[in-house]
Amino acid sequence: MADKKLTPEDIAGIKYSPAERDWMDPTVEFKKGTYVYSAPLKDQQMLQLPNPRQWNPLDEDWKLPENWKQIILEAMKDRMDKFRSWKLFLDICVRCGACADKCHFFIGSGDPKNMPVMRAELLRSVYRKYFTAGGKVFGRLGGARELDEKVIKEWYYYFYQCTECRRCSVYCPYGIDTCEITMMGRELLNAVGCSNEWVVSPASNCFRTGNHLGVPPHAMKQSLESAADDVFAVTGIRVDVPINRKGAEILFVTPSADYFATPAWYTLMGYLMLFHEIGLDYTFSTYASEGGNFGLFHSADIAKSLNSKIYAEAKRLGVKWILGGECGHMWRVMHQYMDTFNGTADFLEQPVSPLTGARFENAASTRMVHICEFTADLIHNHKLKLDPSRNNKWKVTFHDSCNPARSMGLLDEPRYIINNTCNYFYEMPENTIRERTFCCGGGAGLGSDENMEMRLRGGYPRANAVKYVQEKHGVNVLACICAIDKAVFPPLLEYWVPGVETAGVHELVGNALIMQGEKTRETDLRGDPLNNVGKNEGGTNVV
Amino acid sequence: MTGKKVLIPLGAVIGLVLLAVLFFQVAGLHYFVLIILPYICGAIFFAGLIYRVIRWAQSPVPFHIPTVCGQEKSLPWIKQDKLGSPSNWLQVTGRMLMEIFLFRSLFRNSKVEHAPEARLVYGGNRWLWLGGLAFHVSLFIILFRHLRFFTEPVFAPVLWMSDLDGLLQLAIPTLFITDIIILIALIYLFTRRVVFAQVRFISLPSDYLALFLIMGVAISGVLMRSVFKVDLTYVKELAMSIIRFDPVVSGAIGLPFFIHIILACTLIAYFPFSKMMHAAGILFSPTRNLLNNSRMKRHINPWNHPVRVHTYAEYEDEFRNQMKKVGLPVETDETGSK
Amino acid sequence: MYDSGKVILGVAVFLCLASFPAWYNVITSKADYRPDPVIVVSDNQCIESTQYMREYHMQLLKEWRDDAVRNGKTIYTASDNKTYEINLTGTCLKCHSNKTEFCDTCHDFSGVSPNCWDCHNIPKSGK
Repeated sequence: MADKKLTPEDIAGIKYSPAERDWMDPTVEFKKGTYVYSAPLKDQQMLQLPNPRQWNPLDEDWKLPENWKQIILEAMKDRMDKFRSWKLFLDICVRCGACADKCHFFIGSGDPKNMPVMRAELLRSVYRKYFTAGGKVFGRLGGARELDEKVIKEWYYYFYQCTECRRCSVYCPYGIDTCEITMMGRELLNAVGCSNEWVVSPASNCFRTGNHLGVPPHAMKQSLESAADDVFAVTGIRVDVPINRKGAEILFVTPSADYFATPAWYTLMGYLMLFHEIGLDYTFSTYASEGGNFGLFHSADIAKSLNSKIYAEAKRLGVKWILGGECGHMWRVMHQYMDTFNGTADFLEQPVSPLTGARFENAASTRMVHICEFTADLIHNHKLKLDPSRNNKWKVTFHDSCNPARSMGLLDEPRYIINNTCNYFYEMPENTIRERTFCCGGGAGLGSDENMEMRLRGGYPRANAVKYVQEKHGVNVLACICAIDKAVFPPLLEYWVPGVETAGVHELVGNALIMQGEKTRETDLRGDPLNNVGKNEGGTNVV
Repeated sequence: MTGKKVLIPLGAVIGLVLLAVLFFQVAGLHYFVLIILPYICGAIFFAGLIYRVIRWAQSPVPFHIPTVCGQEKSLPWIKQDKLGSPSNWLQVTGRMLMEIFLFRSLFRNSKVEHAPEARLVYGGNRWLWLGGLAFHVSLFIILFRHLRFFTEPVFAPVLWMSDLDGLLQLAIPTLFITDIIILIALIYLFTRRVVFAQVRFISLPSDYLALFLIMGVAISGVLMRSVFKVDLTYVKELAMSIIRFDPVVSGAIGLPFFIHIILACTLIAYFPFSKMMHAAGILFSPTRNLLNNSRMKRHINPWNHPVRVHTYAEYEDEFRNQMKKVGLPVETDETGSK
Repeated sequence: MYDSGKVILGVAVFLCLASFPAWYNVITSKADYRPDPVIVVSDNQCIESTQYMREYHMQLLKEWRDDAVRNGKTIYTASDNKTYEINLTGTCLKCHSNKTEFCDTCHDFSGVSPNCWDCHNIPKSGK
């Protein structure tokens, strides 16, 4: 945390008019609260990362390998040959500046190098120097600069101040995606052994134990059973928690945060209740016990490695298709990468809802369905009995998580579910939702505590929009469908918008779901007393 | 700092103008300027453009990464945003056409501002969209109008376009509307680069160079039309001889044309190696030109190399005892199966 | 190369469009046409040099219009100090009498359509 408490007035004082200076001189100061720690040696070793070593961003000497420059330049060439996106995005930017104030980190910090175009220029300047004639001949005049150790430090600082949220890409007239730039920038840093703790440690855990938190199978079982106990306490119904069960119809994969941290925990309870109520033939897996994929924040190779477990486990267990829980970047991987990484999934069947018979045509090849698609279909076909009044204490707003919004287009399904499970739903201003949604500020491996000041700054635009609906409509809960959101928002909202809680959409489903044989609900899933203002008389908001 | 970034490219363009004056003075160089230079620069333009495009195409699109800007195609009763999240060929063509001709993404542009009570607001900010579109549309019409020098008899739509463009009948000879608009748009695009701190910060000398070159071509063209006249018949005879690959200089062409042609040739030769390649690049942009159908159809990565994975067997070997203890099913009873 | 089909198609379409003048002229087979304006009666010398007239006749006509119509001036002194009556029909059209064979040859060639004849009558011989 910053020494001086960050206030809204501090942010309001940011001018967004950077002072005149030549950005080409690398300047970076690793201030407390604004940078991320380096990866521990043991985790680097577990993942067999190149040039492993213990180092500290605060050190003068980063102990780069002797031929680090050559490594970087070769890695750049390699990535240019492998990724058209990167090659193209290095070339075609016209520096129009449309992206500049679209980045939550620029809005929250005013640091000009957080303008997406600048983040890319940090790389482009080196690209021009070593790969283009103009840069070689004209040097600085040609927009080119020498690669030196300070540049590496600058890269580390700024590529870990990007949450790969892709908001800038929405506004770019050529679709230049800073996420691709950051991904490649991080791959270059990895090549010389500079990676971050909060990415590499979860990835290393996931590699070994199957999930980011490093939960071994027996502990996972205990945890899921304790969620079942919590469901029993609220509903009086004992739900089953099938794990590693061969022959189940559906493999359910969800981020491990769901079974270890609140408020994600309540979302998990919602899943368990829903699956019990509809009698779903499904199973959890301990080997594939992580929906999320921090490998994505590290490199395509690690992402693929971690992702391989999903299909491998689906095959081993002999399921027909896969259902995925609420998670943001997980769905970027499942939707845009998984089939490419580890397909073809021809051992699975095209997903069909066992209750409604709906065929999920949009998952015909990957054979993995988002829980919100699944539940929206159930509600639409009247398969669930819902009492939205049980959520009456919540004045809900919905945060579109970056990846389901901008990499998938999952926008109306969660809204449909909320509208059918809650009576009070209010949208945030239109420039801050759907494809224009603002990041929580803690995605892509930046959600660590040492980075708190940047998280607060980066999350400010989102929090500010929440504050608006809080003041205007009395909103007191932010619904979302992302496990990182559920970890990042509670402290963020407590700081900027006290009084607004964070909840998963399926927590709201769990509250509203009328289960067969349930006892009269006295509390919601959080154990808080239900302030039931009379039974709901079908007065749900219409979508 | 900014001074240097602006003045050096400006100096370069002024230098080109002086060079044109010099070349004009030396009769022996006329053939070079009027005939050899256009051929060389034209060749660089076409070869460079194709080279750059093929260089991009040599790298694959390993992953399916459209930036989705609307509701996906999902359950049949949920309304898909067909342009923001295209799922078939027709829809993505629509999306691309909207980007190319209407700058749809730029139309979304907003500007963050502080409102009272520490509120952030994102007001519409369409000036860049308007300026950019005005510039590009004018440029296109002007280029199209130039076909009158390259077609005989003049391609009829070119005449229609010229008539339409000169509809206001301002001055004699008629000032074209697009000539005025492009100059205003260029002045705007330049001004915002030096006035707005954000854009000033990110601008490179090459950004100014492109602007000054285009400005130089446009200004010399307008002046040549309205003030310092040249013999258009000879210009067209020259242009026609160049495109039939039988170049002749049939009569005296004045200095203004030398300036115009030298700046224009520099511009087209510079084009393939500059940011102006965004014109071709937009077509290659994987965040815009891909369908949002990656769960419907497998996207192939040609270099999808194998990676090191932690197999289930290795996992079970490590955790078998714990799994058995809590009653989780296992594949083999004994460690050492691998 | 990846997506070679699409890329080659795109490049081909671009080259077709960009080379439009070349193949258009092949079709019309007029690529080596050169205008040859006809002057019916000739004093051998126009009021100014040929090169000047080729480039600036439009400007000169405009000046004459202003002088004659607005300033009441009737005499033009050329750069060689010879004087001429400012009179379109009497001075200019004496020699340049045929619109089709004189004016239009170059105007059509360079695709300009001056609005002179929006008001002025076309001399009979030139219709």
